[in-house]
Amino acid sequence: MNPANKRTLSIVFQLGGLVLAILFVTLILLLTGANPLDVFKNLIVGAFGSTNRVASILVVWVPLTLVTCGLLVTFTTGLWNIGIEGQITIGAIFSTGIIRIFMDTSVSPILVIILSVIAGIAGGAIWAVLVGLLKTYGGVNEIFGGLGLNFIATALNIGLIFGAWSREGVASMSGTQPFPEVYWLPNFRSYNFSWVSIAISVIGIVIIFLLLTGTHFGLRLKAVGKGMKSAHRLGIPPKKHMLLAFLICGCFAGLTGALQVVGVYHRLIPSISSGYGFLGLMVAMLISYKAIWIAPIAFFFAALNIGGIQLPIVLQLDSTLSGVLQGSLVLFILLMQGVKQRVLGKS
Amino acid sequence: MDIEFSEINKSFGQVHANADISLKIPGGEIFGILGENGAGKSTLMKVLSGYINPDSGEISLGGEVSHISSPADAIGYGIGMLHQDPLDFPPMQVIENFVLGQKGRMILTYKERIKEFQTFQNKFGFSLDPRAYVESLTVGERQQLEILRLLWLGVRVLILDEPTTGISAQQKDKLFRALQLLAGEGKTIIFVSHKLEDVESLCDEVVVLRKGRKVGKVSPPYKTDQLIEMMFGKQITLLTPEPAVKERVTLELKDLVVEKYPLRIEDVNLQLKAGEVVGLSGMEGSGQDILLRACVGLLRPVAGQVIINGKDLSHKTYLEFMQNKVSYLPASRMEEGLVPGISIAEHFTLTGNTDRKLFIDKEQFRQKTQEKIDEYHVIGRPETPVESLSGGNQQRVALSLLKESLNILLLEHPTRGLDIESAIYMWEKLKERCKKETSIIFISADLEEILRYSDRVLVFFSGYVSKPLDSRHTSLEQLGQLIGGKGWEDELVAKESYEPSK
Repeated sequence: MNPANKRTLSIVFQLGGLVLAILFVTLILLLTGANPLDVFKNLIVGAFGSTNRVASILVVWVPLTLVTCGLLVTFTTGLWNIGIEGQITIGAIFSTGIIRIFMDTSVSPILVIILSVIAGIAGGAIWAVLVGLLKTYGGVNEIFGGLGLNFIATALNIGLIFGAWSREGVASMSGTQPFPEVYWLPNFRSYNFSWVSIAISVIGIVIIFLLLTGTHFGLRLKAVGKGMKSAHRLGIPPKKHMLLAFLICGCFAGLTGALQVVGVYHRLIPSISSGYGFLGLMVAMLISYKAIWIAPIAFFFAALNIGGIQLPIVLQLDSTLSGVLQGSLVLFILLMQGVKQRVLGKS
Repeated sequence: MDIEFSEINKSFGQVHANADISLKIPGGEIFGILGENGAGKSTLMKVLSGYINPDSGEISLGGEVSHISSPADAIGYGIGMLHQDPLDFPPMQVIENFVLGQKGRMILTYKERIKEFQTFQNKFGFSLDPRAYVESLTVGERQQLEILRLLWLGVRVLILDEPTTGISAQQKDKLFRALQLLAGEGKTIIFVSHKLEDVESLCDEVVVLRKGRKVGKVSPPYKTDQLIEMMFGKQITLLTPEPAVKERVTLELKDLVVEKYPLRIEDVNLQLKAGEVVGLSGMEGSGQDILLRACVGLLRPVAGQVIINGKDLSHKTYLEFMQNKVSYLPASRMEEGLVPGISIAEHFTLTGNTDRKLFIDKEQFRQKTQEKIDEYHVIGRPETPVESLSGGNQQRVALSLLKESLNILLLEHPTRGLDIESAIYMWEKLKERCKKETSIIFISADLEEILRYSDRVLVFFSGYVSKPLDSRHTSLEQLGQLIGGKGWEDELVAKESYEPSK
């Protein structure tokens, strides 16, 4: 079979996965007694119905893009960074901490914001390198190490919100006392997203794309991911590269957490990671770890998230339906990749 | 069971791996399939065992047309294949591997199974420890396990793909005896090989393939010249290369003790000269690989010293050995040699970034790769993923990746699975390096290879190491006896410092 045919067939299978996912969700909707057409229409209207909503999509797109950027690095190195959620949380905690320290001082707010973001990056990196150290020197699989550290990060976060950093008088699930407005990232017009976050995300994508496709370091990571022993024999130290992959991914996760704090919530809240880490894992799998697809697919997933918000109000359906659609999408597209390989031959 | 192939065709891209192959294999025979690398032997056998579906043609079993489209179908027809690389589960125990794939009760009773296993393996003279982990076995032992497992599943046709590569002479004898026993019981044995002497000594009939086509069928008595001509289309004469030994010592082992369960090698002393070739001979798993790995930092010595060019590197890591221009080429090409899933050019990019650049100059590395591909006659393109190359070509790539100026090169089975031409080519390239003062230590199960290419030989026998033997004054028979554990008294006495502790 010639390459052109192969590519067409490949696209057919991808689209097949999309169609199957939609059919599957339709089936579920029919079983629950809802009208699928209404639901899909509402999803689209919910996501793109007004400029405010499109702005909301961008609010979700930023963290999703950044975590996916980081996760591509660990996936390339053959690592499952399940601990990304905890890394986001720690990033947010570090970032909040810095603002709280300098809040009532005369230090310039811009400098404080920059410091706070750097601290967030450092926090995420530390948490990720911990997972890496546990794996490379402690023999703890990164999935278990990451999972454990996720729980610790969440506990620490809740502990701070209800303890040391609690609001005066009442500690509450709504988080810590919001910062004064000078410590917020500047919003774009009256919308709730910031050009700064968007710009950082775009830079992130470019860096990851160049790193993974054009640098010697990226190729070494790939070699470690595809064949650790062989890579070692060819002179690439696998432990070092695994730790570096975790470090880079942790930086992106920490950055995500920091931007959620200074750009979106302006305080620390209990669910600061909002599950974007796990959603990022799905995006990364869906795009087969190819950096070029991060932006559109993250946008698509963000749109589904926003589109789902109004479902409970309009159709009395739970908003987690978007999650069902996202999950089944990943499953069916991965499934179709498997089918494709069978059809195109095992050779 | 009689097997009949009719007009089997299979292509991979441009390569016609099997072209109109028709063949009849009678039951109860040991049937040889001979051919060099890429002749289409493995493809034909994978068609029979269901791993590959042919483009056209059919297979009749016992006179009836069969429908084999998966390995499970093949097992259903009683066809089992022993692959060149054993398809087993290394982190599991021997007995667990044996039980796998059997239809049985829900609850496993290992005691009974172990008893069954022991009786069964005694029949063939195998002596595997049922509780040993598969990863601790040698290739030869893993092969024995796989044969036992397939037979226990009720296989009536046993296909063996290059079964004698990587196993010792003794294990080969055991294997051949077991195969003759099975043929006597009426089982059909298909023996795929490129080794003339194996085929000649074992097979009742031989068919020769070349470039995907059947060349002809031969019955005993075999004429070696005729077989070689059928395989290659031309005669090849073997030349013994000139030694290139200099006086400078590149590697020195001083009272080295290395240990890897269950073996312990004690008090090895060796001075390797520049340009010298030392062959490590012995039954597989007698300790050769342990010593080799200790010479390159992949295994830490228990005591003693490893000195490279006067520098004591005894407890340094592999990467530090690499920096001192020691290189190592392992036997398992896809697990430790090359990285599967990345291209030949990417391999050269990985190893060739000497000036520590950040960005990859893809065109530069493509050109460099193309030059190496031409120089080493690799059949492949720079963007070909290494796992889709044939074994011989993978070995050529692995060799071409080595740095130009090396002090010491350590090789595990450098010509395993290669056809004669590739093997000769490989050694030509290695000897070129010797002239540039690179020293070589290599492991081989092929005694002729050991004697032809080594200047000196170390013989291993269950953890004992002989003193270095001069290969010019050592005969094949002497070497064979030492490997089998005979004649060691003289060896031990002759070597003053050697005191085996047992």
